[in-house]
Formats: sequence, C-alpha cells, structure tokens
Amino acid sequence: MDNLDQLVASATSDFAAATEPAKLEDAKARYLGKEGSLTALLKGLGKLPAEERKSAGAAINIAKERIESLLTTRREALKSAQLEAQLATEALDVTLPGRGLPRGSLHPVTISLDRIEQLFRSIGFEVADGPEIETDWHNFTALNTPENHPARSMHDTFYLQGEDGKVQDDVLLRTHTSPVQIRSMLAHTERYKHLETMPELRVICPGRVYRVDSDATHSPMFHQVEGLWVGESVSFADLKGVVADFLRRFFESDDLKVRFRPSFFPFTEPSAEIDVAFMGGELEGRWLEIAGCGMVHPNVMRSGGFDPEKYTGFAFGMGPDRLTMLRYSIPDLRLFFEGDLRFLAQFN
Amino acid sequence: MQFSESWLRSLCNPSLSSEELCHVLTMAGLEVEERRPAGADFSNVVVAEVLSVEKHPDADKLKLCSVNVGEAAPLQIVCGAPNVAAGMKVPCARVGARLPGIEIKKAKVRGIESSGMLCSARELGLSDDHGGLLPLAADAVVGEDIRRHLDLDDHLITLKLTPNRADCLSLLGIARELSALTGAPLLAPEVKPVAAVVADTRQVVLDAPASCSRYCGRIIRGVNARAATPEWMKRRIERSGIRSISFLVDVTNYVMLELGQPLHAFDDAELSGAIHVRLPKPGEQLLLLNEQTVTPSADTALIADDAKPLAMAGVMGGEHSGINDSTRDLFLESAFFPPVAIAGKARALGFSSDASHRYERGVDFELQRKAIERATQLIVETCGGQPGPVVEAVSTAHLPARKPVRLRTARAARVLGISLDAERIEGMLKGLGLALERQGDDFLVTPPSFRFDIEIEEDLIEEIARIHGYDNVPSRAPVALMSMMPATETSRGPMALRRVVAERDYHEVVTYSFVEVAWEADFAANVAPVVLANPIASQMGVMRSSLIGGLVGTLIANRKRQMERVRIFELGRCFQRDAAAGPVTGFAQPLRLAGLAAGSALPEQWGAPASRVDFYDIKGDVEALFAPRRLEFIKAGHPALHPGRCATVSLDGRPVGIVGELHPRWVQKYELGAAPVVFELELAALLATPFPEYAEVSRFPAVIRDLALVVPQAQTLAPLLAALRAAAPAIVRDVALFDVYQGKGLAENEKSLAFRIVIQDTQRTLEDAEVEAVIANLLAVASRDFDASLRG
Repeated sequence: MDNLDQLVASATSDFAAATEPAKLEDAKARYLGKEGSLTALLKGLGKLPAEERKSAGAAINIAKERIESLLTTRREALKSAQLEAQLATEALDVTLPGRGLPRGSLHPVTISLDRIEQLFRSIGFEVADGPEIETDWHNFTALNTPENHPARSMHDTFYLQGEDGKVQDDVLLRTHTSPVQIRSMLAHTERYKHLETMPELRVICPGRVYRVDSDATHSPMFHQVEGLWVGESVSFADLKGVVADFLRRFFESDDLKVRFRPSFFPFTEPSAEIDVAFMGGELEGRWLEIAGCGMVHPNVMRSGGFDPEKYTGFAFGMGPDRLTMLRYSIPDLRLFFEGDLRFLAQFN
Repeated sequence: MQFSESWLRSLCNPSLSSEELCHVLTMAGLEVEERRPAGADFSNVVVAEVLSVEKHPDADKLKLCSVNVGEAAPLQIVCGAPNVAAGMKVPCARVGARLPGIEIKKAKVRGIESSGMLCSARELGLSDDHGGLLPLAADAVVGEDIRRHLDLDDHLITLKLTPNRADCLSLLGIARELSALTGAPLLAPEVKPVAAVVADTRQVVLDAPASCSRYCGRIIRGVNARAATPEWMKRRIERSGIRSISFLVDVTNYVMLELGQPLHAFDDAELSGAIHVRLPKPGEQLLLLNEQTVTPSADTALIADDAKPLAMAGVMGGEHSGINDSTRDLFLESAFFPPVAIAGKARALGFSSDASHRYERGVDFELQRKAIERATQLIVETCGGQPGPVVEAVSTAHLPARKPVRLRTARAARVLGISLDAERIEGMLKGLGLALERQGDDFLVTPPSFRFDIEIEEDLIEEIARIHGYDNVPSRAPVALMSMMPATETSRGPMALRRVVAERDYHEVVTYSFVEVAWEADFAANVAPVVLANPIASQMGVMRSSLIGGLVGTLIANRKRQMERVRIFELGRCFQRDAAAGPVTGFAQPLRLAGLAAGSALPEQWGAPASRVDFYDIKGDVEALFAPRRLEFIKAGHPALHPGRCATVSLDGRPVGIVGELHPRWVQKYELGAAPVVFELELAALLATPFPEYAEVSRFPAVIRDLALVVPQAQTLAPLLAALRAAAPAIVRDVALFDVYQGKGLAENEKSLAFRIVIQDTQRTLEDAEVEAVIANLLAVASRDFDASLRG
C-alpha cells in the first residue's frame, strides 16, 4: 500500500511544518478529520470486496495509528516549545537584590551578655536583676564596706541631689552589680527560711553600673555581670573551676590561659583577680585583667541571711564590655555608647 | 608604691631573676604594675677625672680636656659642656661605647683628635638634664664602670597595692613578705638607740588619745641643715618617686620608705612649750606646707604647741613650723594616728599626702620609737647635732587591739577546697611572722602590729591560700544536685524580645542613663527630673525618665555621619521620683523598650517605591511586638509627639506605652529634617506572652462577605470596629478592615471603610438566610450608631 506510506510521509511533513498548535490541528483535520484522507479511506473500505477488506482495513488502521502517534508527538513538541518560549520571556535577573526589610542588629555587648547567660544557665544559674539607683546599704554597707572604708575610694560614686537640693546620702547610682547579690541572697533566704538546709543559690546578675570616670578605657556607665554560688560545700577550687571553664567557653578557646592572683575586695575573702592570656592573635601571651572574684565574706553572707558557718559561697564580677572588646578586637570602649550605626550594623 | 629593686634586695635577696621576683610578688597579691630599668641601655662608660681643661684653638665653645679614665695615659677629649672643669669627676664614654642614639668613635673635632665623650645625664638616659656634664661624687673611683657606680642595672618597680596591704607601703614590709614567700632571710637594718647627748626635751600631751595613741618626740640640737644628702640615699628616694629636697627632709622620707613610718621634722625654734595632739578650737585655721589655709573639721586632730597649731596630724605639716636651710635645732615627730582618725581627711581637702595615705591604711603602732632612732642615727651620721632623749607619750587603751583569731585547719581546707594539715599551716603562719598558739588542729593567731587586715578566720585562710599559691589550688568542676531550670511559656526574656525587634530592622543602641536636662523637658515634659549631685558633664546631669531623648540624640549623631535612614532601639531603665515605688523607696525605675525610625520606610531599593516611614509603619512594628495579643491605640497627647499623630498603646485596658511622630517643634529645634516616628513601651507588658488557646477548626465552608460603609470623614475606626465585633454573633469568625477610600463617588466629608466579614459555624453549613441576617444586623448597627450607609 504505497498510497498509505505516502500518506504517512505527507502527514509527517505537514505536522512538522505546523509551527503553531492551530496549524497542527488544521493539518490533523486533513488526515484524521471528518473530511480527512484517512477517514475517506476508511469510509471507502465498504466498497472493497470482502476478502480484501480485512487486510486493507488493518493497513489503514496501522497508518492511522502512526499518524495519531506523529500527531501526539508533534503536539507535545509544540506544547513544550511554547512553554520554553513562555519561560524564556518570564526569565528574571536573579542577581537583582531581594525585596523588603533587612535585619537589624543586637548591640555587641548584648550578644556577649546573651552568651554569658546561656553558659551559666547551662550549669543551673538563674538570671537576676536589680535597681540601678541603689541604696547605700545594698551597694556598700551590706557588702562589708562601711563608711570611711578605704575601699570606698576605689569607687568614684555618682550621688543624687535630693529634692531639697542637697546631696542625698542614702542612695546612689550603683557602682557595681554586687548589690544584686545581696538582694538575691535575701530573697533566697526569706523564701527557704523554713527549711533546715536551703537549696543552693546560683545566680548571675548582668546590668549597667556607674562610676565617675571617663576616658578611652573608662566610661561613666558600663556593664557588669555578677555571679554568685552559695551552698554547703562551695570552695575556692570550685570558683576556679567555674570561672576558668566559663572563660574558655566564652572565648571558645580550650588553650586559653587563666590565672588567679590574690587581691582585695571588701566583700570577698580570700579575693582574687583573674587574668587571661590568649595563645594566639595580637594579644598573645599577655596577661589581661578580666574579672575579680573570691569567697563571699562572712559579713556579706550574714547581710544576705546565710549562716557563714553552715554555708560558703563564691562570687565574681566581670566586665562584659571588656570581654566583648577582646572577643571582637574592638579597640575603644566608647564605640559601645556612641550609637554609630556603621559600627552597630556589624553585629547582625 | 614605687621602689628600687636593689634597695629591696639589700633587705631580702632571694635567688630569683628580676622578672621572677616580680612574678612572685604579683602572684602573692602585691601586683607589679610596672618594672623599668633605672638607666638606659648602654655600655663602656666609666668614671673619669678631668685633669686639665684648655681652650680649643679653633672653636670658642669647645674645650680640650685631658681625662684620666684609670689607664696609664690620660685621654684627650674635646668637650663643649659649659660646666667642665679641671678636677671634676664625670662619666666618660670610651671609644666603642654605644649610648642611646650615639656610637662613640675616635674622631677629629675641628681638627683636634678626641678619644671619647664626657656625658650629661641626658646622654646616659638618666634624666632630661642637658645643662652640662653629670658631676659625680668626689670620691668616685676613676675607671669604675658607671653602671656599677650609679647602680644603673637596678630596676624601678611599681606595686599596685590593694588598700588592705598597708604593711607593704615600705621596703621593710615588702622584704618581709618576700622572705615569707621565698624563704630568703630578712636583712632588716640594724637600729640601735642613739644615746642622748643633751637633756633637752619637750613634753608631749595626748589631749585627743583616740586620734593619736602614741607620740615620740626628740630634740636634736645644732644640726647642719645645709648638709648634702648622701648619693646612695638620694638615689634610693628618687628611685621611689620622691624628689630630693634637703637632707633633713630627705631623711624623714627615707625612713618612711624604709620602715613605713611617716616622720615630721619641726624647727624647734618655732615651738613654744609642750607639744599637744588635740582637736581644733572653733574656727581655728592653719596654713599648710602646700600653702593651703585650712579650717580643720572638729574631728581632725592637730599637732600644736602651747600657743598655736603646728600641723594637721598625720596629713601635713604647717608652713610656719617646718624646717628650712637655717634650722639649727630640730624637733622630730614619730607618731601613730589610727586609721579612723585620718581616713578621708586629706581627701576632704582635695589632696593626698604620703603620710595620710599610710596612716589611713594603717601604720605599725609599735614602730614609732624604732623609726625615730633610725632617723636620729642617719641625721647624726650626716649632719651632726646633739640628740636629746626620746619622749614617748602613749595611751595604751587607744592603741589598736590585736585580738587572737581562731583558725581551724578543717575550715581552711573546706573553704579552699584543698587538703591541708596543721603542720603545713603552722609553717606558713610562722613564715609570715604571725604569733600563734596551736590547739590540736586549730590555731589561735595574734596578728602583728603591722597587719591591719587580719581580723577573722577568713583573713587567715587567705594568707594560707597566698602562701600555698593560688596557682596550686586545683580548678575543680563543681558537683551539685541537678534539677531542671523552669521554662515557662507565658513569658519571654529580654534577649528573645531584643531579637524580635532586631528582626524588624532595628539596631540596638546603648545610651547613657544620664541625659541633658533639656531632653527631659522636651521629650518627657519632666521639670523635676532626678538630678545627679556630681555629674561628669552638665549635658549628663539628670537621670532619664524616657528613652526617647537618647534615641533622638543617637539619630542626630548618625545624621552627622550622613546616615539618612536610621532605625534604632534601646532596652533600659528610666528613672523618676515616686514616693510609692520600690524596691528603692522613692524611685520608680521601670525597664522600657523604645524604638525610633527615620528616613525611608525601606532601604532604597529597585523593587519597592520609596516612601518615608510613617506612623502606620511603626504602629505595625508595635503590633508585631505584642502579637498575637490585640492592642488598642487611643489618640493621646504626649509632650514629645505630634498631637495628631500620637497614640497611647493600651493592652487589656491598661496603657503600656506610646507611639507617634516626633513633634514638629522638636524636629525643628533639633534640626532633624523629617519627623522620626518613635515608640516607648513598658518592658513588663512586652515580656508576657499568652498561652495558646485551642479553638475548634471548622470543617464547614466559610462565607466571606464584604461590607463597605460610608461614614463621616472624622469617624475613627476603633469604635466602629468594636461595635461591629460586639454586634456579631458567635458564627462571625472575624471582622477586619481591608480598605479605606476617599474621593470620587463620595462626598467631600465622607469616607468609605470596607470590612471583610468571615462567617462560619463549626457544626454545620450555614444557610444563606442566616448570613444575610448577620450582615443586615451589622449594617443596622453601623447606621444607627455611626451614621453609616452602605456604599452604592
């Protein structure tokens, strides 16, 4: 049946020539439509003798299937070409910036305070907060620093003017976060006073503190974090363990060198200054003073409602501003308080 | 406390290098703040004698010197110093010597050969003195290395002493400590009583024994007040940071540095009658050595004679009774003033003296006689004179008590977390010179008169720890009972909140809690702020009662740095007097969160139209901070804010803050250009987070209807929305505004508010009639109460 092969060949070229779906459907009609050539051939089967009809019919059907298959293939091809074309026109410049609000930033000292809180929370410390206008009693007296104690000259204290215009001597801007120690101890001992043995008190107290001082390394307002652990068997060795562990975690440096050397604070005895030395970087090998600490002085334990014979405790105070400067190599403390967005935006 | 290392080593000389010695002191709590060489780094400079001086033939200002450097032949050296003279001894840098910045070579100076250089103090890096050659002592040994002769390999050590270690404010004290730490012997200077040569005395009367419990006085007649201070003494006191003035002054300073006892020398000719230590008479005045006239407070002890006040006890001598070059007869004072009598006295007058610094921290109250003998010995050796007997007045009852302190070995071990035995402790305490009585494993320790910091057991435990070495206490991972920390779902911490704010493109700032008084007036209408008595600067004079000032200040600073778009926030305390507030009575100190946005709403970008940040942008931020809780915004006035663009933020019927555009008046005054929008919110309200409440999710279809209501222009949304919500039956899931329209199709004084109403039941599909009834009812309420009509 050369005729049929020709028909298939002709459909093949007609379909290929149809570059749009509508034209393809027109071409289809010429073969498979009501008036189409194949349709006509099928209709003409009836006129053939019965013995030829079967084989002729089979041949026509094969041709029809081939043409239908060609059509399907061509349809798919056209559809995908059309999609391709559509996709091509819809293509974006993916390198253009995204739209909307960017993200702001946390203050670098906040980032440090957050990490400090997380590290201490992980060993069961709670976070406490206290007032910044503080009583003289909480800031000094309860911390074993009576009036005229030489240690008071270590702090240059901001005082307030009373409503009568005179200096009000019973309140001040806290010079350290240590008064929160007293407040935490008093709250703890009040809460558990009915128990023969109180649970341990583990608390850190971050916050702003104030001293009359201002230069490249001193700001009249700065941050401090106080830590306190009171229990029945808390020792100086524990203090060393906790603080050294903290410093290595904070700086993410297992080989950080930490040393404790004797010092003096009225509210601890024995007292120590804590120095660290990095094993690399610009400050390699230099001892840097980073915190003060010690065993809570018995008078302070008593101020907080603890019996110093039964309980012992350690306390430490450190400067998150300095920790932050060391961690991010920030050269000047004043950057923290100037609000320069070009500086702050680096910490998002 | 600054001192010379070689002086210290003359009293205790452990076999340690200079660095090691400093490390030992630092690790024992005597922190070495600085250590620097006494002289510059140079070599090959010797003691030389100028034999003769001639004029240089070709230069007016130069001289030819023949110099003996201890070799067979003298050297010829050209020298330009004005003070060069035959017979003087000077430092001579030999050929080959390297001085700071100069190398000495054989050279011709204006045609004459010169084999070395005679040196000034500056050329040797000893001082800035370049006025001439450094004259050396007449008995200096020619040829001796100048480093040795002037002890230039010495180091100047500065200790940063803590206030409890007054006993280390002397060389003897530091040496005592060093001896205890290293075991090297203490070589204290031998002080023998100097026998009286004359019988003259002055009576000493302790009229105020609480202020002075021991006073030793002695007359020394016929001293040579012009005697030169011996080089060794001068060097020691100068290397301790004290200027050499005259021998008699220098010797009092020397003994103070050596033993720790401040001394004072009076010109005996200026005194009349007995010496009294007494409190001032009302209105009594005194001219001090520093030329300051003071009216001492009633509790300030004075040294006086029968006629007049002479000195401020333990602080400073008087101008008129002091010694000078023509003094012939001395009255020497060596007294003990207890710390409480001296503390704060100098500070109250705005200065500090070496004496007051020591007395207020504690001077050894057994030292006075020894010190006066030591000074007498040195005076008589150098400038002659006939000493009289020492007169000592003492009020034993007022001397500091030295109560025995009990130390329990077990307690020390418990506090330090180390194992200790009584033998070891006994050895350490004895090494420190502490008198003790052992009782089994306990000790009764009597602190020595030079220690003012041993009052309780813990003080001794610290001594044990220091001698044991803080380094030798192990770092132990603590053992504790574990229990979980609470993790509540109904509040969040300030850190979590800060992160939410930062996610909305705000940068956190930390501004000072003390602000300009104008900020308080402008941004908080606060005319009675909490005032600092001693502010660091006038623009930091008052405590803030609002965070807005600090944010505006930060905006101004950033505008100066060409930042147009500024979005910042701060979380901090505000301060206000409030009689009812606590925890510090009289002061409210709430924590607040405040934000400020200025410039464009979005950073300049290609994909969004530029628009300036406005009230509604920031209101959206405030709503997001409180989400999912619903806030009310009530039109309000606020001193900082635009009266028409400002709202009180209300939560559950309680005001929790404000939001609004900065008042145009402040925009103009502070030259801000365009108005920033600010918010300030109570932190406590922000930290509470609602516990999620489950509500059944309907399986039935929701019906959504829009209702566009035309209302008068002045109608605000909130009451209308509230009324619609109130009127809606339970099947109304939500009534929300989705459009506001004014303009074409509406009258000038009208606007349209379009609401989307979602109606849905959880139990069944709703009938059309029910829905229509709901909508009709809402419309009826709106038209009845708000003069609203359905938009056509």
